[in-house]
Amino acid sequence: MKLYCLSGHPTLPCNVLKFKSTTIMLDCGLDTTSVLQFLPLPLVHSPRLSKLPGWVSKDGTINLEKELKECAGRVFVDSQPEFCLPERELLDLSTIDVILISNYHCMMALPYITEHTGFTGSVYATEPTLQIGRLLMEELVNFMERVPKAQSATCWKNKEIQRVLPGPLKDAVEVLTWKTCYSIQDVNSALSKVQLVGYSQKVELFGAVQVTPLSSGYSLGSSNWIIQSHYEKVSYVSGSSLLTTHPQPMDQSSLKNSDVLILTGLTQMPTANPDGMLGDFCSNLAMTIRAGGNVLVPCYSSGVIYDLLECLYQFIENANLGSTPFYFLSPVANSSLEFSQIFAEWLCHNKQSKVYLPEPPFPHAELIQTNKLKHYPSIHGDFSTDFRQPCVVFTGHPSLRFGDVVHFMELWGKSSLNTIIFTEPDFSYLDALAPYQPLSMKCVYCPIDTRLNFHQVSKLLKEVQPLHVVCPEQYTQPPPSQSHRSDLMLELQPPPMPYRRCSVLGLPFRRRYERIHLLPELAKSLVPSEIKPGVSLATVSAVLQSKDNKHTLQPVPKPLPLPPSKKRKRVVEEPPEVLAPKPLLSGSVPLEAFLAVLHKVRVSLKTLNTYLAC
Amino acid sequence: MPEIKVTPLGAGQDVGRSCILVSIGGKNIMLDCGMHMGYNDDRRFPDFSYITQQGRLTEFLDCVIISHFHLDHCGALPYMSEMVGYDGPIYMTHPTKAICPILLEDFRKITVDKKGETNFFTSQMIKDCMKKVIPLNLHQTVQVDDELEIKAYYAGHVLGAAMVQIKVGSESVVYTGDYNMTPDRHLGAAWIDKCRPDILISESTYATTIRDSKRCRERDFLKKVHETVERGGKVLIPVFALGRAQELCILLETFWERMNMKAPIYFSTGLTEKANHYYKLFITWTNQKIRKTFVQRNMFEFKHIKAFDRSYIDNPGPMVVFATPGMLHAGLSLQIFRKWAGNEKNMIIMPGYCVQGTIGHKILNGQKKLELENRQTLEVKLQVEYMSFSAHADAKGIMQLIRMAEPRNMLLVHGEAKKMEFLKDKIEQEFSINCFMPANGETSTVATNPSVPVDISLNLLKREMALGGPLPDPKKPRTMHGTLIMKDNSLRLVSPEQALKELGLSEHQLRFTCRVQLQDAHSDSDTHIRIYTHLKSVLKGYTIQHLPDGTVMVESIVIKVSSSPEEPNTKVLLLSWSYQDEDLGSFLSTLLKKGLPAALSSM
Repeated sequence: MKLYCLSGHPTLPCNVLKFKSTTIMLDCGLDTTSVLQFLPLPLVHSPRLSKLPGWVSKDGTINLEKELKECAGRVFVDSQPEFCLPERELLDLSTIDVILISNYHCMMALPYITEHTGFTGSVYATEPTLQIGRLLMEELVNFMERVPKAQSATCWKNKEIQRVLPGPLKDAVEVLTWKTCYSIQDVNSALSKVQLVGYSQKVELFGAVQVTPLSSGYSLGSSNWIIQSHYEKVSYVSGSSLLTTHPQPMDQSSLKNSDVLILTGLTQMPTANPDGMLGDFCSNLAMTIRAGGNVLVPCYSSGVIYDLLECLYQFIENANLGSTPFYFLSPVANSSLEFSQIFAEWLCHNKQSKVYLPEPPFPHAELIQTNKLKHYPSIHGDFSTDFRQPCVVFTGHPSLRFGDVVHFMELWGKSSLNTIIFTEPDFSYLDALAPYQPLSMKCVYCPIDTRLNFHQVSKLLKEVQPLHVVCPEQYTQPPPSQSHRSDLMLELQPPPMPYRRCSVLGLPFRRRYERIHLLPELAKSLVPSEIKPGVSLATVSAVLQSKDNKHTLQPVPKPLPLPPSKKRKRVVEEPPEVLAPKPLLSGSVPLEAFLAVLHKVRVSLKTLNTYLAC
Repeated sequence: MPEIKVTPLGAGQDVGRSCILVSIGGKNIMLDCGMHMGYNDDRRFPDFSYITQQGRLTEFLDCVIISHFHLDHCGALPYMSEMVGYDGPIYMTHPTKAICPILLEDFRKITVDKKGETNFFTSQMIKDCMKKVIPLNLHQTVQVDDELEIKAYYAGHVLGAAMVQIKVGSESVVYTGDYNMTPDRHLGAAWIDKCRPDILISESTYATTIRDSKRCRERDFLKKVHETVERGGKVLIPVFALGRAQELCILLETFWERMNMKAPIYFSTGLTEKANHYYKLFITWTNQKIRKTFVQRNMFEFKHIKAFDRSYIDNPGPMVVFATPGMLHAGLSLQIFRKWAGNEKNMIIMPGYCVQGTIGHKILNGQKKLELENRQTLEVKLQVEYMSFSAHADAKGIMQLIRMAEPRNMLLVHGEAKKMEFLKDKIEQEFSINCFMPANGETSTVATNPSVPVDISLNLLKREMALGGPLPDPKKPRTMHGTLIMKDNSLRLVSPEQALKELGLSEHQLRFTCRVQLQDAHSDSDTHIRIYTHLKSVLKGYTIQHLPDGTVMVESIVIKVSSSPEEPNTKVLLLSWSYQDEDLGSFLSTLLKKGLPAALSSM
């Protein structure tokens, strides 16, 4: 059994497990942090960005002023933003049988894997994961396509040139594998390969392996996966949460008795408490609005935003913000809000019981009904006429490189009355802000990451007790910025097996048994004999049938009786066809009884004695 | 031999009060717990005394599963759990869990408040009963206990309707509840995988009907409504609040929009608005088209259909009214019917099945005079139309489901005996499987023949598979030998050597030796050769060796020849074989006793 690690990003994993003749890809996360090296894509022409100076090396020998621009001491690529893809050379992607998706953030590379690679397998995901994943992909494509960029920069990727570039561009890795965004056709084609599964559904793969998604508590429809045969069990834990937010709670007990547990997707903010961050978020928001400023919240269109809106729903009345408009801008804003209300089965108990009343599970329905929250597909159209300030705007993309957020950065960045509040943990806020410097607006960093922290995960592992743990190498040492915090790493006995991009791990497994079925006729014909107290043996002679990775034993067929006319003549001359099995002879011989029998059939004891003597 | 027993307490050769007991692998499961609309006495509920004469049911049942929210499938639930007594788990899907208590409360109100019955379940009992419910998700495998697992499949029929698979070890039963094999305007079609259950328990409401295309029926329906409204008549459509009602509303809504119609459409209030809300929140349970477009336009927000008020009954002019309940046995629909029955301009359209004893059933059978309570009679002058919109599988659909699931046995419930008989013959003919149709209280038993799961050592399996080659030869099956170790409830199949090693046993050697006297006028070494040649010709396919020291070996059987100098022609053959070769050994000794043929050419 082997594990191929195609991504080095601990929260955007992409691993391939080879297990019992099946090849299973676990998630295909897309590392979008690469876009931070690029200039933002403005929705309307930005004189500031277009006037940025090009970059020329100090000695003047390398001139890349067309491709690279300098802003506040940093260099950015002036081109369509590109993403860092999972490794595609380590193994042949067309050999992948299935892809298991754990949550909608971990499937963004799917079109790169399933399209134009010869992939013929299927993808398994829950319905909310598919629907919301589709929205996030459509949004990404929309962000890219509505501001097309004519030029695509490639010279800077040349190894010789990249070496002399200023950091952080110099240290960017795998730049040659970076790719621009996929098309909507690729998204549709990739998602058409998805087969829907429900929690605790047992899915058979080729009769050899059974995979089961379990609730992971992180987002709508998010799951961990069990991959098991009758004797071996691998748990894949990705993006899980023990906090009570909107999704169904995490199913921990089903992870018990794993031989190997692959652990990914721990919190990226191990020192930030989500509840505290939520409090900071509200108070900073209120402070800015009261001072007459605007609040910009760069965020994804699904996920934490539901919790933020719920928190605000309770907060705005008390904070006297009832008249402040809240805007949610995204090409998929409406869909995201609507979809969140129809997945009651995937929600926590509290929200689930609301639909029995029947009421929508999320209170943002009421915010929309009372006109406190308004949503628009983009800044163009209706929004420009409805727009009132001061206001709060939720919009993407959290990297600040594309999407409507770029417009608000240009619009509000100059005034110190305004505040930008970062809630998504995926991007360093300083890097995100770099191309907008110098900036006057206030910046507040409240990253909300509900995924497991090191304390929770060690408690979880103590409970479920896997024999071996496999995890990204980042989890086996404290974060580089806090190297003294030995509590911010995994300490286990035996130590976890670390992986990095392009690792191939042999998992410590010894398969010794396989399930086989004895047909009832065969089972009935067996003659067990008790060898020791509680232990019986039976000799089995049977015919093996293996079909679709399932094995059965059936009785040995009796030889066909010969035609009666010939029977008498040939019966003696026919040597025995089938060797009837003989029981194994072992244990003690009951000598007295044995002798008595021999005596009965008149074997003289004398002859016997001579036999026994020799 | 293990067996599965199925006993209907209700719905056996009947429609109404569905309640089926299944015993499988030592577990007892109750499928549905419904009431009968046609009765007002004890026969209304299933006869639970079949399970136990006195006391609670908890210890006799491992779980109760409700397939969908129709009262003939869940109407007796609070009576069973709270009045007879049952505290174990009750499973149903989320939409069923949401809607079921509302219909139960509605039913209770009609029975107790309107008809003044006592000794009936209370609102509190409905609440207590619902607390015992565990929601089921589609395709989720729910472990009821260590051995019993259940899994729900989509059944169409009504919002949240499910078919359930019940599995203990390798034995399984599928119960369909009510289902629909063709998608309609708001629901999808039932689906199940090839799960090969030992018994498929199917409803058979439309056992003999092959319904014409849905589109024709819809056009027919719209035409009739249109004509009546045009001539100024009123149309009454008795429905159940949830299910068919929504489908017909979508149909009329789009028709009114297209034809720019002005006549009002009403829906009896309360339940219905709420009902539409349930459809909005459980949109994932509706059909593909509605799910796909719900963000842009929610099909369950109606523009033309308004809430009904009792005072509208006597309004002049045309109108269309949807009113509950669907079988005209009580409530608003019956009240409106009484007012409108006397006018031949009006029309009543019955869109679903009516059980015997209800007024719906009577008028559908052409009865023109109805006896009401206190000796009044009602003359039925309005037009009566029956349009089968109820979402049950027809005969074609039932056969289709059998093809999907490939059951080993079939069992029909929820239908009329005569029609069942017809379908039973058809199933037995087409699929050559047994088909049962037990009456209420009658038990059908099916013997199952489960195979025995065993752990085989991977070494042994791999060795055998390598020897067997890629394709087994059906004419010459390879026999594999192994030893089954039975210890602490585990069954392991390993190679005989491994078994002995593991148990610390040494194998005894048992050898047989035998002397055969033979007259053969040749030298000893020639006799060896003659035996070798003879056996070569008789034993085809065996390894026969002539060793340098003169011995002949057949497989592992040793044959030596000796003679005394006194009688050189009397040879003594010494045969020796081990216990494993006993068959071949005794065959050889018999063969050699007969002597060697004279015509053997010595080589």
